[in-house]
Amino acid sequence: MSATPLNTPDVARLVMSRARWRFSEIVFWIAALATIFLVPSRHLILTEIAILGLFALSLDLILGYAGIISLGQAAFFGFGAYCAGLLATHQLVTEPVLALALAGAATAALGFVTSFLVLRGSDLTRIMVTLGIALILRELANRFDGLTGGADGLQGVTIEPLFGLFRFDMFGHTAYAYSLAVLFVLFLLARRIVNSPFGLSLRAVKGNPLRASAVGISVNGRMVAIYTIAAGYAGVAGALLTQTAQFASLDMFSFERSADVLLMLIIGGTGYLYGGIIGALIFKLMQDWLASMTPQYWQFWIGLVLVAIVIIGRERLEQLRGAIRKRILRLRPQKHAA
Amino acid sequence: MMKRILVGLLAATAMAAAGGAWAEEPVKVGLILPMTGGQASTGKQIDAAVRLYMQQHGDTVAGRKIEIILKDDATVPDNTKRLAQELIVNDKVNFIAGFGITPSALAAAPLATEAKVPEIVMAAGTSIITERSPYIARTSFTLAQSSVIIADWAAKNGIKKVVTLVSDYAPGADAQNSFKERFTAAGGQVVEELKVPLASPDFSPVLQRAADAKPDALFVFVPAGQGGTFAKQYSERGLDKAGIKLIGPGDVTDDDILNNMGDSMIGTVTAHFYSATHPSAMNKDFVAAYKKLMNGQRPGFMAVGGYDGIHLIYEALKKTGGKTDGDALIAAMKGMKWESPRGPISIDPDTRDIIQNIYVRRVEKVGGELYNVEFATVEAVKDPIKAAKK
Repeated sequence: MSATPLNTPDVARLVMSRARWRFSEIVFWIAALATIFLVPSRHLILTEIAILGLFALSLDLILGYAGIISLGQAAFFGFGAYCAGLLATHQLVTEPVLALALAGAATAALGFVTSFLVLRGSDLTRIMVTLGIALILRELANRFDGLTGGADGLQGVTIEPLFGLFRFDMFGHTAYAYSLAVLFVLFLLARRIVNSPFGLSLRAVKGNPLRASAVGISVNGRMVAIYTIAAGYAGVAGALLTQTAQFASLDMFSFERSADVLLMLIIGGTGYLYGGIIGALIFKLMQDWLASMTPQYWQFWIGLVLVAIVIIGRERLEQLRGAIRKRILRLRPQKHAA
Repeated sequence: MMKRILVGLLAATAMAAAGGAWAEEPVKVGLILPMTGGQASTGKQIDAAVRLYMQQHGDTVAGRKIEIILKDDATVPDNTKRLAQELIVNDKVNFIAGFGITPSALAAAPLATEAKVPEIVMAAGTSIITERSPYIARTSFTLAQSSVIIADWAAKNGIKKVVTLVSDYAPGADAQNSFKERFTAAGGQVVEELKVPLASPDFSPVLQRAADAKPDALFVFVPAGQGGTFAKQYSERGLDKAGIKLIGPGDVTDDDILNNMGDSMIGTVTAHFYSATHPSAMNKDFVAAYKKLMNGQRPGFMAVGGYDGIHLIYEALKKTGGKTDGDALIAAMKGMKWESPRGPISIDPDTRDIIQNIYVRRVEKVGGELYNVEFATVEAVKDPIKAAKK
């Protein structure tokens, strides 16, 4: 490739082809839509999966596209959750969608402010700083128990019907349709962002920040921007959980939540946006299944599965997928011939 | 023709099967407990006690089989809520029960109301819980019940200055406020009020402050299971030798862990509703059976809450003749009285909360093991916080 340098139209074509909707993507979303009608009895856990998928997507934006590692993404999740909860309990904004947007915006603002701390230093420093921010916020929420309810959680969150029409029912039907719609819209936006020139410059930054700045990309500016966006995404995910569960607790800030979401992303794979959603799906279903099989020892089994995934390696799974795809491709021309 | 007969036959069998299924449809109890994480000992005790009760009393009541569906919420309230929702919606449970901590019990309360499913609280101990839904009944205790009794005892036994140390959440606040109110009314003085976080607490700094205040007694509430950590740091700091008496509701000297807490706990005076040495024939049998089931482990007060909780479910079903209408079940529970391993108890018909004896106990060595030995009894104590509201 270095022998024949790409000229501008070639690059443009390459980028465009990357941004094109693939068949598998369309199938993925149709399948997601179908779950609304096909598995109504599983809507409660699917709601949680959609929310966690969105949360993992927010981590993918910074980890997969900008190379910022975070062990404190729950800081934004929890902040968004409490924003939505407080907006509802104090009757400030009763319209769910507007409240969701506001919670997301407020969390993005928090992300913007804290991004300057995260910019400093190496990966190790970032892990510590992000972890620290989450711990601080959790403790603040615990301290101001007059506002947040402290360790008892935020009680009495009542969410008005969606668009004044759809009540959040006990079966989770409204909640799931709503969460899935929000996930889809924000996914589209994320897809647009990562395939835009801005998104491409982010990848350059991730690849080699020094070179990126040498070709005139403002490394810090890009980092701040994506960190802010990702924080907003996490905030919306948290707000969604509060709205659908009508409850918020300190646990939403917990380290376990940050760690879980990182695990989901690692299971699903980083840097292609679907990883978080697929990871959330696998993680949550596996957890639910194991926990109902053995309520006491499910953590042992989930640990075992995670170790197995890491040892076998996703690469090998991807090789397998590649091999299957080749088979299918090989089949196609034969069909044509026949 | 053949086909038509076959179809008819099939339909008949299907109908018979459906009819049979209705008659034998089990009564489902969704048991939501912390089986993993910091409060796992609570979950394990209640789970064991429920299994024990069903072994002793059979799994059929009023002609209907009882089916327990155990779920682990890992002490995360939004898990509790989702699990309760799934149990009600998908498994169609007739009761939800368990609830290791107050936030979990509160999170499930709106669901109990909406679905008209009785919620049996077997562990959590904040006063307000039963007010959050008309379908909640409790078989554990309220913190205030024990805290006012120990306040009375302290005031009568020459204790003037007290430092309070509680976990920073609703039950802690209940314990501290009820103790302080009763104790200061009796002429005592609370010189310092200390709080520790609920999750992974470090007691060393607060214990130092407590020692510096030089009180006559230290009033302690930590949730069941954290007593071990507390006792370790308490003796490490040498507070057991500083002449400060340790008092509190009985959570800190939970039977489940008491024997491993060390001799520094000897002499601790607590007020609570259950001790494994409670001198009654019923309790002796209960302790023996529990130990047999749990490889020699002693039942703690959480186990008794679970044992009585499942008893309440059995008795309510007997009263309704196996009918599982939520309103009828709750009505059946109101005012119910029975003999528990802890002594005589009843469900308050007004508040659906528990009325029980509170015992004042001192930690002593009995046969080489540490036990809470009861030495005074206050009979039929109602939840003082709700009683004061009237």
